Amino acid sequence: MTCKHLIAAPILGLALAGLAQGAGADTLRLLTWGGYAPDNVVEMFEKETGHTVEVTKSNNEEMIAKLRATGGGGFDLAQPSQDRIAGPQAEFGIYKPINLAMIDEAQFIPSMLAATIANTTVDGAAYGVPHIWGTSGLVLDTSKAGMVKDYTDLCDDAVAGKVSYRLKRPTLIGFAFAMGMDPFAAYGDEAAYKGIMEKVEAKLVECKPNVKTYWSGGDELMNLLRSGEVVAAMAWDTGGWKLNADNPNITFVAPTSGALGWIDTFALPAKGQADEAAYAWINFVMRPEVAAMITEAAGNFTASKGADQFASDALKAQFTASFPPEAVDNIKWYPPVPAGLEAIEGGVLDRVKAAN
Amino acid sequence: MQGGTRLGFVLLLTPLLLWLGLLIVIPHIDMFLVSIKERVGVGEYDTSLANYGTFFAETLYLWTFLRTAVMSILATAITLLIAFPVSYYIAKIAKGRLQSALFLLCLVPFWVSELVRTFGWMILLRETGVFSSLLQWAGLADQPVEMLYNDAAIMVGLVYTSMLFMVVPLVTTLESLDNAVIEAGYDLGGNGFSVLREIVIPHAMPGIVSGCIVVFMLSLGNYLTPTMLGGKDSLWFTELIYAQFIVRFNWELGAAFGFMLLILSSVIVWATLRLTGQTLRDTLG
Amino acid sequence: MTPDLECTGLSRRFGDVKAVDDVTFSVAPGSFFSILGPSGCGKTTIMRMIAGFLEPSGGDIRIKGRSMLGVAPNKRPVNMVFQHLALFPMMDVAGNIGYGLRRAGLARADIARKVDEALDRIGLPGIGARKIDELSGGQKQRVAIARCMVLEPDVLLLDEPLGALDLKLREHMKIELKALQSAFDTTFVYITHDQSEALVMSDQIAVMNRGVFEQVGSARDLYYRPETAFVAGFVGDSNRWRGRVERMEGGALEIRTENGMLLRGAAHGRALGPGDVADIYVRPEAIRLAQNEGELARFENRISGRVTSLLFNGAASRILVAGPGGGEEIEVTLPQSGEFARTGKGDTVHVGWSGDQSNCFPAGK
Repeated sequence: MTCKHLIAAPILGLALAGLAQGAGADTLRLLTWGGYAPDNVVEMFEKETGHTVEVTKSNNEEMIAKLRATGGGGFDLAQPSQDRIAGPQAEFGIYKPINLAMIDEAQFIPSMLAATIANTTVDGAAYGVPHIWGTSGLVLDTSKAGMVKDYTDLCDDAVAGKVSYRLKRPTLIGFAFAMGMDPFAAYGDEAAYKGIMEKVEAKLVECKPNVKTYWSGGDELMNLLRSGEVVAAMAWDTGGWKLNADNPNITFVAPTSGALGWIDTFALPAKGQADEAAYAWINFVMRPEVAAMITEAAGNFTASKGADQFASDALKAQFTASFPPEAVDNIKWYPPVPAGLEAIEGGVLDRVKAAN
Repeated sequence: MQGGTRLGFVLLLTPLLLWLGLLIVIPHIDMFLVSIKERVGVGEYDTSLANYGTFFAETLYLWTFLRTAVMSILATAITLLIAFPVSYYIAKIAKGRLQSALFLLCLVPFWVSELVRTFGWMILLRETGVFSSLLQWAGLADQPVEMLYNDAAIMVGLVYTSMLFMVVPLVTTLESLDNAVIEAGYDLGGNGFSVLREIVIPHAMPGIVSGCIVVFMLSLGNYLTPTMLGGKDSLWFTELIYAQFIVRFNWELGAAFGFMLLILSSVIVWATLRLTGQTLRDTLG
Repeated sequence: MTPDLECTGLSRRFGDVKAVDDVTFSVAPGSFFSILGPSGCGKTTIMRMIAGFLEPSGGDIRIKGRSMLGVAPNKRPVNMVFQHLALFPMMDVAGNIGYGLRRAGLARADIARKVDEALDRIGLPGIGARKIDELSGGQKQRVAIARCMVLEPDVLLLDEPLGALDLKLREHMKIELKALQSAFDTTFVYITHDQSEALVMSDQIAVMNRGVFEQVGSARDLYYRPETAFVAGFVGDSNRWRGRVERMEGGALEIRTENGMLLRGAAHGRALGPGDVADIYVRPEAIRLAQNEGELARFENRISGRVTSLLFNGAASRILVAGPGGGEEIEVTLPQSGEFARTGKGDTVHVGWSGDQSNCFPAGK
């Protein structure tokens, strides 16, 4: 071999490797919730496709704030809730439309896919497909707070000082329903919505002495319930089920006015650079057996068709206990939030926080 | 030779200018520009001072700021009261290894993150926590005592978090005070109080002022401690800013709040310096 | 008359170390008393006990007859000028001088008047508004003394206050301190390791070593009649030899040094007898230098030798002379009268001194 070959061979090799990288293997920067991308699933995906996955854990508000700060850059796939896509998209333009042809639609529960697409459509283009769904309602220590049937019961003297909920919009919506109003119907009518929120505000201010603290993180709430300092809280279903495994008295209860249903989606940030890998991830995690692994990690069910049969019996049992058939029908699914409603809610939340 | 010196000067100055420019000046200009925008419709903005108007019109925001400022001043005063004897002991009374050991003890809590430290206080103060259990065990309380989620808990957390930033400048200035000067104070007829008032405190004034400025600013800008220890009534100004930026997507109002925090805290520091007859130049040395 | 300051059996231990060991002395009113000793000899400890910053382990301190045991520093009628003066940098000159008066609760007008008087007496009128760091070294010195003197203390303690000054200023301040002392007519207790400061200013000097007073006396006593080998060695310069006593006649001794030189000396009442090992101290300035042997006939000690070195230092110039056996070198002060101006290395000279000037002590270990 001549000298020239000695040098040329590695360079050629490097160039080929670089090409392969460009064509086949990408880094997928995933902006998601805790538990939605468990290590074992990421490992399987990386082995199968050659892509690498970088996971950033976040929540709805932070996802939007992060993407807004960069104009939709820095991440290749995000997982906001379906009701929080249309508004921010109209306002900030942080997502790009989903190419449904790249998605294996057969893997999705059809009704959920259709609903999500409908809710995330802006100017005729769809921006989200469903991934994981769940509800929020009441997590109770049934031995001490069995009388709590709905959100408004949290203000009852029997549980004074042993109540916790978040000071965020789900609480406002939940109380509105429990007070016999329909905030979702008023989404389009700012004045009517304001009226509803004023009543909720009055109720929350009146209820404040009952509250031990407004929880802000899942772990914080778990500690409060586990130690018995709080016996009734407004929280996600999975939190209740996790505690149920340790202490059979604590469980998730769907409130009489209806649990609030949310669906977390897949959405493509406007400046994402690895769409192909993003679509590959979506199709991979929607496989029933993979979806079941995520259900195991996150505690919530997915929109994957046929994944139920892979789910653990314990989880299924907890779900049926918390959701009798009529409660499932009564779930209030969040419609898309029109841009601007947050300002009204924000004022209410500020005033509740400041009230004595 | 002349050219070489100048090049060296430029090279030394560049990192500072880059740091000031990229990390301080440009973001503040950008934040100011954001703060003077007013949302008039979906994706439409006008230039106006409406956001600043909101700050002054809505008593809640002004009230929250005042509360934050007063609590921060109180936290600064308490920190000073506790840190002064501690620093005096470390700088003037403890010797050799005890001195370095005590100084290290002040430093140790800062080896873990602020979050962990705050969690530590939560474990101590909560209803099923250590203090509550101790009180019940000692028979001083017949039921669990809740010490978390109130202003006193915030104060404890703030003072604890700030202690080091008061102790370090105080120890440094007190160490520079010649022991003979203190002895001379006694020798010429002074008692403990008058030596403290006429000699030790005037000497330590630069350290007191710089410590107070740092602690006040840190308390004012603290987010974790008031939110976690304060519970439902915490009401801290940084929480409002966080809420505007992250929860409400209202960057314009958030930026205006941020600017008001900057301006008002600067005014408070300036006024305090004027009132106590100190100048920033004396303090910086 | 009651002494201004009287210490009896004063002791102080630090752990196992006896810093001050059973020291007794008294200081007459209006006198200038110095404690002279090398660093670490315990003189600062004595001073701090008098000022009240240290409690004695034993013994008593009386000022004007009143015991000071258990009296706080701020209640004692003594004041101290510190080694680095310890002026208060946070106050102006008037603030410094008026500090003690303010503490004593005097009226504002009285304080101002007394401060002005004090400034006049130290020769620095009108500098009351100056800051401390605007003063020169000598001015600071005087302010530090004035700060104490306005309080009219019974005893003023001075802890090596000239140490930080340069040589010229130090020489000047020695004279000035002595003048201030007589002007204020106050008892000064001065500690120093610098013998010339002590010798020039003091009425009485205590030479201190390892926690005890070796000798207390006037400068003259210490210089001419040292009572211990330490004092002889510490105060002034000396030629020092060691030898064995061969003959003794009254107070006069004949001693042969380790190198075989035969010297005559005086025991001045110290217990020395034939066969004892003795240390002999002879001051260079007590030795007479001559061109011919005849001039030295009246001296008991006479040696002819060669100049091995010339140590020129103006008025304090000396030569080193080696004896015939090539034994001990003798340091001799070079007279400045001109007759030895041309003496150089290698020249033969004759030296002699009286036996009285050879101070002999029983040899220490």
